Formats: sequence, C-alpha cells, structure tokens
Amino acid sequence: MAQSPNRAPGLVSRYGADTAFMTFVAALMAFLYIPIWVLIAFSFNDSRSLTWPLSGFTLDWYVKLASNGDLLAAIRNSFYVATGATILTLCVGVPAALALHKVSFPGKTVFRRLILLPITLPGIVTGISMLNMFKLIGFPLSLETVILGHATALLGVVVTQVYARLQRLPKSLEEAAFDLGASPWRSFVDITLPNIRTAIVGAGMLSFVLSFDEIPVTFFLTGRDNTLPMYIYSTLRRGVTPEINAVGTIIVLLSLVLIVASVVATRETKQK
Amino acid sequence: MSHARRNLSGGMVLGIPLLWIALFMLLPYGIIVTFSFWVKKYPTFVPAFQFGNYVTLFTDPQYVLVLLRTLKISVLVSVASLLLAYPFAYWLVFRCRSAKLRTWLYMAVIAPLWVSYLLRAYVWKTILGTEGVLNSFLKSIGLIDEPSSIFLYNQFAMVVTLTYIFIPFMVMPIYTALEKIPANLTEAAADLGMGPWRSFWTVTLPLSAPGIAAGATLTFCLSFGDFIAPFLVGGPDGNLIANVIATQFGAALNWPLGSALAIVMLVVVLTIVSLSDRMERKGATGGI
Repeated sequence: MAQSPNRAPGLVSRYGADTAFMTFVAALMAFLYIPIWVLIAFSFNDSRSLTWPLSGFTLDWYVKLASNGDLLAAIRNSFYVATGATILTLCVGVPAALALHKVSFPGKTVFRRLILLPITLPGIVTGISMLNMFKLIGFPLSLETVILGHATALLGVVVTQVYARLQRLPKSLEEAAFDLGASPWRSFVDITLPNIRTAIVGAGMLSFVLSFDEIPVTFFLTGRDNTLPMYIYSTLRRGVTPEINAVGTIIVLLSLVLIVASVVATRETKQK
Repeated sequence: MSHARRNLSGGMVLGIPLLWIALFMLLPYGIIVTFSFWVKKYPTFVPAFQFGNYVTLFTDPQYVLVLLRTLKISVLVSVASLLLAYPFAYWLVFRCRSAKLRTWLYMAVIAPLWVSYLLRAYVWKTILGTEGVLNSFLKSIGLIDEPSSIFLYNQFAMVVTLTYIFIPFMVMPIYTALEKIPANLTEAAADLGMGPWRSFWTVTLPLSAPGIAAGATLTFCLSFGDFIAPFLVGGPDGNLIANVIATQFGAALNWPLGSALAIVMLVVVLTIVSLSDRMERKGATGGI
C-alpha cells in the first residue's frame, strides 16, 4: 500500500497534519452516524414528539407496528416486488454483462451507454417514461408494472458488478475449455458461472435492497397497492411519528445483516 | 463450426438485453419525446407537433427559476460532497497506516447506501425541524432560548440532506482513483524537492481527476433528479424540477409539459455523463 514517505518536512507539522486529518475523519463519521443513532434512539422514546432530551424507554411503537395492517401489507408487497425485480434484472443483466465482455457487435458503445444509463439517470425519468407507455397501450398499473420498472432501473447495477468480475477472469480458462471441446453452454456453466457466482449473488443482494427501498419509479408505476417506502412516504405527509423510527430501526438492523452477509460472500472468493 | 456456435450463443446472450432495452427504455423514451410535443387540452391532452411546452419551460419565470434552483442545489451538493469525500479518501489511501482500519472506515462510509434512502432523508427532517432534535438539544444546553426555524425548510437543509445521502457515491470513485496512483510518483516529486503541497497539486490531484469527475457526475445527476428531499426538507420555496414533473403528472394533469421537463432532465444528464466520460478517457490516456 502507498505509505507516506518518511522524509516529510518536520515532525511537528506532520503531527499537526495527522491530528487535523483525524479530527476531520471523526467529524465525518459523526455526520454519517449520529442521524442513524437519532433514528434508532427515538424509536424507543415514550413521547410522541421527537425532542431532546429523551423522556423514557418504551416498546410501544414496535407493538403498534405489529398491529398495523396497512404497514404489514406494504411490507409483504415490498418483498414481492424486490424478489421479482431482482430475479428479472439478473436474468437480463447477467447476459448483458456477458455480451459486453465477449461478443463484439456493431453499436456496442451505444449498448453499453444505454444499459448503464439508469445508474445516473434519475429514477423519475424511468418512472414517467414507463408510465406513459403503459397508459398509451392501456396496460393497468400494478405491483407487476413496478417490478418491470425496478428491473429496468437496476440493470446498470448488475451489469457493472458482473462485468467487473468477468474482466478479472483469465481468458485462458475459457479458451482451455473450448480447446477441450466444450460447447459454449458447457463452458459457461462449468467455467464462467462458478467464477462469477459471488458477483451475481452480490449484485442480486444489492438489487434487492435498492428495489426494496425504491421510491421514484414506484411512485409513478404502482396501482392501488403500496410498497413499504411508499407507505412511509404517504404517512410522512401527515407528519412525523416515532412509529416511522421503529420501522426505520428494523430496516437498519436488516440492512446490517445483509451487509455482513455480502462481506462474507465476497470473502469466500478471496480465499479461493 | 465452433465459430458458428459461438456466434449463436453470442446472439442469445445479446438478444434478451437488446429486447429489454428496446421495450423498456427506447420505446418509453420515444413516447415521452412524442408527448412533449403534444398539447394540453382540458381534461386531457391531444396529439400535436409544436414546441410550446419547451418555450414555456425556458420563458415562464416560474419554470426557469426551478431549473436554475435545481442546478444550483446540485452543484452545491457535488461541491460539498467533494470537500468532505476527498480529504477522507486521501487520508485513507495515503495516511492511514492500518489496513484494517482503512477497510473498516471505507465500509463505514459505503454502508449507509444499504440503509433506506427515504429514512436517511426523513431523519434530517426530524433533526432540523422547529420542534426537532437539534433545536431542543441547543435549547437544553442553553445555547438558544427559542426554537429556531432557520434549519429546516430551506435550501441549506436540502444541501445537507442530499450531501448526507449521496456522499458514498463521491467517496467510492475518488478512493479508487487515489489507490491507483503509484507511490513512487509522490516519492519522485519529494526527491526532486517538491513540498507536500506542491506535489499534491501537481501530481496527486491531476491523477485523481477522473475519480472526481465520476463522483461529481453521480452526485450531481442524483441530486438533479431528486424529489424526496425537497418534499421532506425543502419547504415551499424548495421545489426542484422532479417535484414539478411529479405535479404535472399528478394534480396539474399536464403530461405534455411534464414530458418536456423530463426530456430536459434527460438531456442534462446525458450531456454531463458524456462530458465526464470524455474527461475520464483523457485521464486514462493523458496520464502515465
């Protein structure tokens, strides 16, 4: 790793710079994590208003969640949408990454740009352009149209992750398979797939989280059913309540589990 | 024959994504382009070919103001993210001596991306509000007597919230760019008698420019199209383009105008992406 050279000007100024950097890093961490602790702390606070100091401990907000039918339905819908979108986006994204990696064809640059566009393109453009299309052909909006929208918006995420892994694979592996007479399908299943498996799992997990959390596309493409973020968004119109903090705390915990899982998944490849 | 088989399999891996792109990207984009030329006619809208919607967008002060405000907020968010992310990434790559600490801190900045984006915006509403955590905290330590309304429902709140949400997108590419700089370059600069500042300005910073470009592109484009943060913390004068688009497709029921706005957004994003692409390519060839 690039280490700082030891011939820096003076020890004092070096010490000063290090202290300044440390303070800065600590401040940045505080900026990133204090809000998350605020979110969690107020989910256990026994007051309706979110003011400092905390007044007392309660689990009431969590109990309320458990009996909130709309919320539970929204959570179910979100699981359905995120699962569907993840499967679809992998089915399209993995072949796209493979095509970018080894097939040469006219218009490849345009193809690459288009497929990566939704990463930088605000979700609202994807949302309303698909809304326009569904309305024009008279296709009713539902959770399924949301799934199609999410799968489109997440394609870029899957393609970048899988493509990055493909680029690091030695070409010789596949050439060897061909030389030994393996069919393209066979060499894909036996050689390429095992090597990109963890990248696919990682991309799938990230897609799931992003879809679970998605608002701009969902906002325009959903019918009468709400997903969890849409439900939270609509309750926010009526004001702030600690119930939302309780949902938030659960989401933070689940995210943590997923982060650990994804770290474990990538570690597995490094050992190989 | 193996060649033909390879072509066939190539066609198959290409076919699905191509079909998807045509059906769910090109076709819908084509439709909003078409709609953007149509005319609103109560209660819906009718086909036409005229540029009235675009003329409205660029002449009606109401829309011009929102466009300029959105540009301003997006630039401020990119600059704020850069000022926070660059020193952090620089410290991680060049100054942090423990590899373990480096991994942990890097993860700590990326991790919030996995936590709901809506909740990260929501929590700032609860922190900055008049009845919020910050005001009551300042009051409890005796720094202020009356809750202040200066924190929430303004552009400052929007910049803070959006920076908070999008900063990982700035850290990632800058970190990657800095990591690629060979240590011997800065050592050579030091050997040639350059001070740390000069070697930073003449060696490190130019070599990390592609990372900055990539990060700025992401944070700018994502802020440019955001409508949740303005809704939660922006207040009455905080509408951004995306909020106006949402209104055109909702209450205002003027789909042609909304489509024209979406096209403007698409063009702005495409322009920025291709500019930054060009810069990154320049960095790749013009560098070492």
